[in-house]
Amino acid sequence: MSVLVVIEHDRGVMASGSLEALTAARALSADVTAAVCGGTDDLAAACAGYGATEVVSLLHPFLDDYAPQAWGEAIAQLVAARDPDAVIACGTDRGNEVLAHASVSLELPMVANVLRIDASGGKWALTRVQWGGSLLEDVTLDAATKLVTVAHHANDIVPSAVPEHPTTFAPILDDALGSTMVRDRVVREAGVTLTTARVVVGGGRGVGSPEGFAPLEELAGLLGGVVGCSRAVTNNGWRNHTDQVGQTGTRIAPDIYFACGISGAIQHWVGAMASKNILAINTDKDANMVTRADYAVIGDLHKVIPAISEEIRRRRG
Amino acid sequence: MSSLRIAVCVKRVPAPGSRINVTADGHSVDATNLGFTTSPHEECAVEAAVQLVELHGGSATVVTLGPVEAEEQLRYAASVGVERALLVSAADGLNWDPQNTAAAIAAALSVVEARDGAFDLILFGNESADSGGFQVGIRVARALGRPIVNGAKGIEVGDDIVTVRRPIDAGFEVYELPRPCVIGVKEGINLPRYPTMKGRLASKKVAVEVVEGLDQPGGQARERLHRPEEKASSTIILGNGPEAAVAVVDLLAELGVLA
Ligand SMILES: Cc1cc2nc3c(=O)[nH]c(=O)nc-3n(C[C@H](O)[C@H](O)[C@H](O)COP(=O)(O)OP(=O)(O)OC[C@H]3O[C@@H](n4cnc5c(N)ncnc54)[C@H](O)[C@@H]3O)c2cc1C
Ligand SMILES: Nc1ncnc2c1ncn2[C@@H]1O[C@H](COP(=O)(O)O)[C@@H](O)[C@H]1O
Repeated sequence: MSVLVVIEHDRGVMASGSLEALTAARALSADVTAAVCGGTDDLAAACAGYGATEVVSLLHPFLDDYAPQAWGEAIAQLVAARDPDAVIACGTDRGNEVLAHASVSLELPMVANVLRIDASGGKWALTRVQWGGSLLEDVTLDAATKLVTVAHHANDIVPSAVPEHPTTFAPILDDALGSTMVRDRVVREAGVTLTTARVVVGGGRGVGSPEGFAPLEELAGLLGGVVGCSRAVTNNGWRNHTDQVGQTGTRIAPDIYFACGISGAIQHWVGAMASKNILAINTDKDANMVTRADYAVIGDLHKVIPAISEEIRRRRG
Repeated sequence: MSSLRIAVCVKRVPAPGSRINVTADGHSVDATNLGFTTSPHEECAVEAAVQLVELHGGSATVVTLGPVEAEEQLRYAASVGVERALLVSAADGLNWDPQNTAAAIAAALSVVEARDGAFDLILFGNESADSGGFQVGIRVARALGRPIVNGAKGIEVGDDIVTVRRPIDAGFEVYELPRPCVIGVKEGINLPRYPTMKGRLASKKVAVEVVEGLDQPGGQARERLHRPEEKASSTIILGNGPEAAVAVVDLLAELGVLA
């Protein structure tokens, strides 16, 4: 079996998801080709470090920056030329988008966010993510070439160096395909974010108001962490959606997540469950957040959180 | 600028609480005692459509492929300001695969466009709430021969160009799509309004056009749904009320996050 892996990068910076995809591809076959739109020598070397026996740089002006439609069509042309048995990308926003475009060009199905692949039969048997991970779906994939994205963070990244074998491929891209290319980008200052924070203090409807978040901000500040929230909070306009944890918000993985006044609906839980420790603060001892958390304090968050901050300050002297 | 014709596609899904239960045959979510909703991304797409029509004039049409009950989601969109509704009826409920879903929606939109004129903008959610295939919008756009960008958290419509903002880790990207085009919207682009009493009443009068969905299964077929394994959890209660602060800070010290 031969597998083509779509490498995602941002202006030459490799996305970690692509290393997951390369590792997943090696579990299927030793014959792994990496395809890099607008590839560079550095990216080719990086792919060889993760077992890609050949690294194809796809070169065309429309591939110089991210352009979902052009990237998808270029991958499709490479697939048509090489006829691999499978094409794998990581199930990130870009990975899913590019492979979906490729699948349309190739008139093939595409299965997104797969956790398990059984490639033993003519049809593949796959387990994929639904509801952002709250539910799993077993599907069969019936196609001449199997197009699959692997769920992000579901595969370890395991290096396996092979000799470098870089090649190039020049797709023929219609002018119209340039229209979805990134035109401009605005870079913001990157501080600690929800995805990188070691401590997240999350507030839900129980916080009661935008001002009610002040004690949560204070606690987060004391611990070098950030504030997160539930959808009830963003829906009420109390905080910006960039703070939302969950299925349609951000997935977090801090050392500790304080879930304060959050009931623990499945769509919130799925964004928080990768936290190493969860401490729920809730007036309701039967709330789902409380029963699924590692630790809980039963009580009014408006009293409990200031007391925690106070105790931290007392110990620091 | 002339007024806009916008279509926005939403999918009816159950609204589960703390757990998702599956029917005995493993084929669908057990919706007994559950309400129904759409994805937050799609709610935001509806709001974006309404705001763009408020700004530029024109009309918005909400589209769903689903059972007759999905009229509830169409009327909800109508209650917040969408004027027209299209139900692409799917006899077999919502087990449709992405290729099939997209083909049926594209065909229905083509019928409406042939009769009433092309949509300047077709909006989708970034991904559906339940199946999350990340592709129906892309397939429909491609079938109609229009450019599409997903993940939009900002849309500005100009005479010839639609400017889209899309967040990335380091900030955001800007895309400029020629009209007509298709956009996949992400939650956070706006704050969806709640229906007013007047809106609710008006929504009852909106005529729902029904188009038969063609059924051509694609290459992805459902075998069964099941819940992921849960780690057995037993919660350690650190205490009640503010007195628990000492135990909490002991824990923080133990976890090494206090320093
Ligand atoms: C497709 C879909 C996607 C979704 N995506 C997300 C998502 O990404 N993120 C998300 O969060 N939600 C998401 N939701 C919404 C989710 O279903 C819930 O509605 C939401 O998480 C509820 O927020 P909450 O826990 O803050 O509010 P509630 O459920 O109202 O819970 C409030 C909690 O606060 C407690 N409380 C009240 N007062 C106090 C007090 N003084 N002290 C301590 N505790 C108190 C109550 O006991 C209760 O447990 C999604 C829903 C759908 C359908
Ligand atoms: N049955 C459906 N009816 C209407 N729109 C749909 C349907 N399924 C998917 N969509 C649209 O396509 C988007 C992407 O869906 P998906 O490819 O399933 O993640 C959704 O957010 C909806 O806007």
